[in-house]
Amino acid sequence: MIFAMLLSAAVSGCDHKKALPPSLTAKATGAALVVVSGDKQLGSPGSQLPQPLILQVNDDQGNAITGAKVQLTGPPGVDFTPQQILTDDNGQATFKVVLAGIDGRYELTASSQDAHGKPLTVMIPEYAAGYQQEVGYEINEKYCSRCHNPDSTSEQVSNYDNLAVKPHRFSDGTIYNNLSETDLTTIISHGGVAMNRSALMPPYGWTLNKAEIQGVIAYIRLVSDPPYVAPGVVYQKP
Amino acid sequence: MQTNNKSSFSSLKTFLCDPFRMFGVVSVLLLLLLTVAPAKDYFSQWRSYQRQYLNLIRNRSNAVTLLRHFQGGIQQIWIPQLGVIDRCQTCHVGVTESSLSDVKEQPFRAHPPIPHKLTEFGCVVCHRGQGAATTVSEAHHSKMAGEEPILPMRYIEASCGQCHHEPLEGTPKLNRGRLLLARYGCVNCHAINLPDGSTIQATDNPPPLTHIADKTTREWIYAWLKDPTSYSASSTMPNFLFSDADASDISAFLIANSTSQPGDSMAYPATASGSASDSSAGAVLYGESFCASCHATQNAAGNLVGGDLGPELTNVGTKVKPGWLMAWLKDPHTYDPTTKMPQYRWTEQQLQTLTAYVASKTDPDFVANVHLQPATQAQIAHGKKLVIEYGCASCHEITGIPKPDNFAPDLSRVGSKPLVQLIFLPGMEQSLPAYLAEKIRRPRAFGPSLHMPKYSFTSSQIEDLTTALLSFTNRSFTLPPNLQIPAVQDTNYRPAGHAGQLMANINCLSCHRINGNGGTMAPDLSWEGSSVQKPWLDAFLKNPNTLRPTLIRRMPKFNLTDSERTVLTNYIMTVYQTPAFERDEMPLSGYSPDLVEKGRQLFYSKYACQSCHMVNPNQDKGYIGPTLTTVGARLNAAWIFHYLKDPQAMRPETIEPNQHMSDEDARALTAFLMAQKTISGQGAK
Repeated sequence: MIFAMLLSAAVSGCDHKKALPPSLTAKATGAALVVVSGDKQLGSPGSQLPQPLILQVNDDQGNAITGAKVQLTGPPGVDFTPQQILTDDNGQATFKVVLAGIDGRYELTASSQDAHGKPLTVMIPEYAAGYQQEVGYEINEKYCSRCHNPDSTSEQVSNYDNLAVKPHRFSDGTIYNNLSETDLTTIISHGGVAMNRSALMPPYGWTLNKAEIQGVIAYIRLVSDPPYVAPGVVYQKP
Repeated sequence: MQTNNKSSFSSLKTFLCDPFRMFGVVSVLLLLLLTVAPAKDYFSQWRSYQRQYLNLIRNRSNAVTLLRHFQGGIQQIWIPQLGVIDRCQTCHVGVTESSLSDVKEQPFRAHPPIPHKLTEFGCVVCHRGQGAATTVSEAHHSKMAGEEPILPMRYIEASCGQCHHEPLEGTPKLNRGRLLLARYGCVNCHAINLPDGSTIQATDNPPPLTHIADKTTREWIYAWLKDPTSYSASSTMPNFLFSDADASDISAFLIANSTSQPGDSMAYPATASGSASDSSAGAVLYGESFCASCHATQNAAGNLVGGDLGPELTNVGTKVKPGWLMAWLKDPHTYDPTTKMPQYRWTEQQLQTLTAYVASKTDPDFVANVHLQPATQAQIAHGKKLVIEYGCASCHEITGIPKPDNFAPDLSRVGSKPLVQLIFLPGMEQSLPAYLAEKIRRPRAFGPSLHMPKYSFTSSQIEDLTTALLSFTNRSFTLPPNLQIPAVQDTNYRPAGHAGQLMANINCLSCHRINGNGGTMAPDLSWEGSSVQKPWLDAFLKNPNTLRPTLIRRMPKFNLTDSERTVLTNYIMTVYQTPAFERDEMPLSGYSPDLVEKGRQLFYSKYACQSCHMVNPNQDKGYIGPTLTTVGARLNAAWIFHYLKDPQAMRPETIEPNQHMSDEDARALTAFLMAQKTISGQGAK
């Protein structure tokens, strides 16, 4: 019995949660919660994401609502400032997000309520890149994104529109999740023709080293949407 | 009551006085005491983690394999040459099991893939903490004298920097932090010596203040000292938080101390400024001269547009005197012999037009409220004292004030500074990373007598800088020297002779790299003579058309005279050649039509070059690589051949993939490309 008491004391001792800020009261309610910007960002583990996460509450006409409460929750280790906030004059709620110290995909949940008390939620994926994914990201920026990313910036114009056969965005899980590590390694090393795909994809096996190619694959797996689930090993018996 | 007590006491006394009973009691006590050690061991933290681990793997499909790998008890990695005794694996049981990479809860997760083996480097070399400890609090959080707590994950890249002094692909934060240390001139005051004997060199290139009175006014200096960022958001000059009186005295001293430099100012006709046609002509000349390749200006939306090699010009008209500006545009080397700005050979008329345009970029509010009384000798003397005290000469050249030595603390080992040596602000987190970050964010909060200026870094820049600072550790000096990977240092290559003087005058090395020295904005020219054909080079220097229309930063036109161009062309063609092959080993033309046709097929089908390059502008669209419409008149055949065989060997930074081409294919493609002498559909081809 003493042991049980000690155990409960130890458990409660370790369980000192951060004191939650006093709950905000919503001054208004909306009909939809949307992400304005800051989702699907790539950050490094334990760091603040480069851009703030901005959400907006709209009414059923699509007009921004001021004073609606937006709350963020996420996996353990992910930190937000603030945890809840009322939307500003533009109907927007801005959060700073600090990722947990482990690399991988983090799914945050933003929630608000409509006039009937029904919850409005939106899922926001963010990515923490470890060393390998970071290498892949750098390679992607230098070589791959010129064609695989259709978005142009003034610093870098995309080649996507000029290609007769369109490449896929690396985040397109419907394509990449069906390709095994071996398939991807083959395409990257020997070009599209090696897997009976577009010849416009050149071989990089004599340009990139093995670690760089593995990095690119790790990066593709990280940003994949829907998320990539490694086959086989990760499986729990009932 | 008392009797009762007394009797129980006496009975206890008789009980204990019996030696046999006493022996019995002591034996039992001893036995109990002896059980403490095994009990402590049994209930130890690491055993509990190992039990949890066994529970975790039991449910996994590869449980048998994981169980076979599992070893109970204290686990240890001992690497004497690195001074590593790490028992981390005692709790972090699955750290080498790659199949546990999906596990989110610590301490059971597999270590994410990195290029090093655990058995070769251990854990504390990167993560810090106390490797020999076997409890979480001792291993991770100990702050006792000389003991380091674990390094927070967001600064982990600092550990790579203990050995890798070159930029690494997987450590963007560390790379950025090091660039910031150089770019913002931190190393002008703080020495940073690396274990390989090199130092970090500043790249901020602060202007000399020797002739500053010719360039600007005392009012501008005053306003600038008070708040550099309100003049230019991208300024690398920090804010020294001077009082009004101090700023006034320093400006007085700098103006009084300035000597006149003959030729750094010229008569600027008052009629030259003003008219609208001039202004539009100025904008055109500014654009044609590609000033924006190096200088940024703020656009209407408040974003900076342009390069960062030279200072931001958004409000430059508020700063400089028009006469000085015109002389500067005529030849910047008169005022500052070490400037990166090239000498354009503009005509007098062009100089006036451009001066009027640049001088019209003003922010009158910046100096509007600055009204300074004429300076007294006492103020000037006080200004000089402040200039010495705040180490202005660490960055700027100032007549009569030598560059101070060891002005600020040496940061070569700042990443290992013991916590006991730090004085924390009330309420702040008591850790070295937090201290460094706060010191950069609010330097003067740590004491009113400190001279460290305040920079306007963003929080992510502060994180980058902290990461770079944390990489300068004691350990990096004690690691075996064969582990140190030095950064590639710039050579001090300067081209020689008449051409060398000319290249210094138009500052080729500001943008181009040659033989390991120079900028990285434009292509490396070390082997340019092997690469291009002489007539093309001459025409390009006369009128530099860009090969890559999508680039913002382009080669400007320097208006070289014919003889200057000849000197430059001859020098480049003769001197800048690769030892890898003979330039003329393949002919520039005369390839058989069959070979050209074979090359065409290879170009469009097997190698699909059209995805990035254009040969026929009516049909090809790719513009990642340079356009090849007239490549046969631009490049040498031997260069094309060897480039196709191994692009990175010719240009290490190129993104052109190595296609592992056979000699036969490379020759056919060379023949096809050499046939592209005029634009298809427009020439006689």
